[in-house]
Amino acid sequence: MSQTQALWWASESFWRKTAIWVTAGSFVVLIFLTFDTVKQITAGGKRVPAYSVINNRIDYVFDEKRNFQVPVIGPEEPLFGKKLTEEEAAALVSHGKLTTQAKNCMNCHTLLGNGSYYAPDLTKSWLDQSWGSKEVREQQMVEFLMNPQDRLHNALGRKMPNLGITEAEARATVAFLKWMSSIDTNGFPYNFKPIDQADAAPAVEAAPASDPAAAAPVQQ
Amino acid sequence: MAALGTLSTANLNGGQKLAVKYFTVAVALFGAQVLFGLLAGIQYLNPDFLFGILDFSVNRMLHINAMVVWLLFGFIGSVYWMLEDEAGVPVVGLGLGNLIFWIFTLAVVVVVLVYLLVQVGPGELKSIWLINEGREYIEAPRWADIGIVVCVLVFFYNVASTFMKGKFSGIAGVLVMDLVALAGIYLAGMYYTPNISMDQHWWWWVIHLWVEATWEVLVGCLMAYGLIKTMGVRRKIVETWLYIEVALMFGSGILGLGHHYFWIGTPEYWFTIGGFFSALEPIPLVAMVVHAVFDAGHHKLKSTNNPALAWIIAQAFGNFFGAGVWGFMHTLPQINLYTHGTQWTASHGHLAFFGAYATMVIAFFYMALQKWRGGVYMSGNLVGAWKWKWAIFLLHAGMIAMVMGLLVAGYEQSQIERAIGGSDWVAYFAGQSHRWFMQGMFWRMVGGWTFAAGFVLLAWDLMTIGKRETRPALAVQAEAAAA
Repeated sequence: MSQTQALWWASESFWRKTAIWVTAGSFVVLIFLTFDTVKQITAGGKRVPAYSVINNRIDYVFDEKRNFQVPVIGPEEPLFGKKLTEEEAAALVSHGKLTTQAKNCMNCHTLLGNGSYYAPDLTKSWLDQSWGSKEVREQQMVEFLMNPQDRLHNALGRKMPNLGITEAEARATVAFLKWMSSIDTNGFPYNFKPIDQADAAPAVEAAPASDPAAAAPVQQ
Repeated sequence: MAALGTLSTANLNGGQKLAVKYFTVAVALFGAQVLFGLLAGIQYLNPDFLFGILDFSVNRMLHINAMVVWLLFGFIGSVYWMLEDEAGVPVVGLGLGNLIFWIFTLAVVVVVLVYLLVQVGPGELKSIWLINEGREYIEAPRWADIGIVVCVLVFFYNVASTFMKGKFSGIAGVLVMDLVALAGIYLAGMYYTPNISMDQHWWWWVIHLWVEATWEVLVGCLMAYGLIKTMGVRRKIVETWLYIEVALMFGSGILGLGHHYFWIGTPEYWFTIGGFFSALEPIPLVAMVVHAVFDAGHHKLKSTNNPALAWIIAQAFGNFFGAGVWGFMHTLPQINLYTHGTQWTASHGHLAFFGAYATMVIAFFYMALQKWRGGVYMSGNLVGAWKWKWAIFLLHAGMIAMVMGLLVAGYEQSQIERAIGGSDWVAYFAGQSHRWFMQGMFWRMVGGWTFAAGFVLLAWDLMTIGKRETRPALAVQAEAAAA
């Protein structure tokens, strides 16, 4: 009599209902989480700073409590020496972001770890020691972007092609990269050793040992 | 009616005539994927190759875009293939469907030509509308995005209204709901924001909820139909399994989205949610293996179409290993911190897309050819069977070599560049120049050439299989209802 009843868990209708409820339930949970996440990653929040953060020094420092490196917004240090309003900064970063899309950066590089693996990750490229020192970094980056094919930063014969990036686009891209380095990425990339950004103030006598090497890309 | 073994559209119903058009373009685009993959692979070993003409970024974009589009064409074709059969009535808007096919194909040609000839544009919104959106997998410019949505809506209308007019089977129900989700999710990728975290947050809605949720359910539907067709598995069993798969797939896959939200600026609670649910993601894939292998064993591997059955079985295993095992290997945040954005991902991507999706579409190519040639014999001792057997072997051998080469490179990269080096510019090149990385890339290339040979053989086989066969197809051995 009850063979079908005994096998209710193997019946078509049970699994049809389960499929519907599980899907709907998961989707509802996702929607709730999405509202919260979108709120937290809107530019201007704690995790994703406002675009005017490019007016400040940005560092990447180990945090004891969270047990990984986190971005630290430092003293005022405007990009290209010019302090921007929030609107100006947003426009500049947006121009840079559009440039990264129009030049198809993501099909060689990764941004926040997503993209292609033919060239280095750009998440913290603003903080990379290979730009030499913080004094020459901005100019180095602009020049590299405009004319990358013959530069020392290419390695293994892999060269970044000349993508016809104008000076305005290059400066905007640098602004975008500086802003991106301020995003709290939960410690990704791990163990990154940022460029020395300490002020060369004479008061601090005990300069870090890495100082003399700062002019050249650091070799491990 | 044409003689048995002769290719004739008179053998096909309306939906199937449209399906074979989609299949033809799909095979051509599959070829393009292989070609541009080879070029990009060569550039890893010889960076000067085509430098300044077809840079890596262009080849890689074409490689992955050709893949997305050929699989979409394959899926649309497969659904049109089964539509009339499953609904029991002719496709409702066939004329419109045909028109859309030509528009879609033309749009793809234009997009590819722009990718090849224009490549990049100035950093303005105009470039994103006309040339290239610069976002991995969905690079297609915005005008094409809108075109894709229109095409998919027409396709959806055809599918839903045909089922509504005829029979609305369990497969039909799952398929229609899945297509709603598939089309809706694509909209999440169609906007511009300067905020890269927000950008990637919604971008993953498209990428993840396509390939790790809705596409998986779509191939579940195709497999269900395929098992009924090639082996006569009872519909009740197939559909019950389909519901189980949907429950497990969406139950793990929807919140499994969280494993892409570890490092892009999104909050820390995604560590727990993403880690937990993505760890469950292999379970439905195990269910699919059990389902396919059990049915095949139950029918003693007797099928009406051996190549199709072989590819269905390949799908079950490829999906499990590529999406399930390879995905799980680096899905937990504790390991993903080091593997995120390395060749691990490439290794996983290759095996998963091939194992889960390419295989199923190829199975449908074979089912289509059988009927296209008038219901020709395709079981044991098929004339010229060496071709399909060698094709499936070479494609798998090539794929496994690529996947293993990339995996070794990925292991090395996550250790040298990530864990030790700290992921900066110098560490990146320290990882890339390591001997083990270069060896991995070499073997990937060997795998790439092997795969390309397999593709050529597959294309040749698809053009010729059943041509000299004079026997009619075996009848489907339907299971006794009371079994």
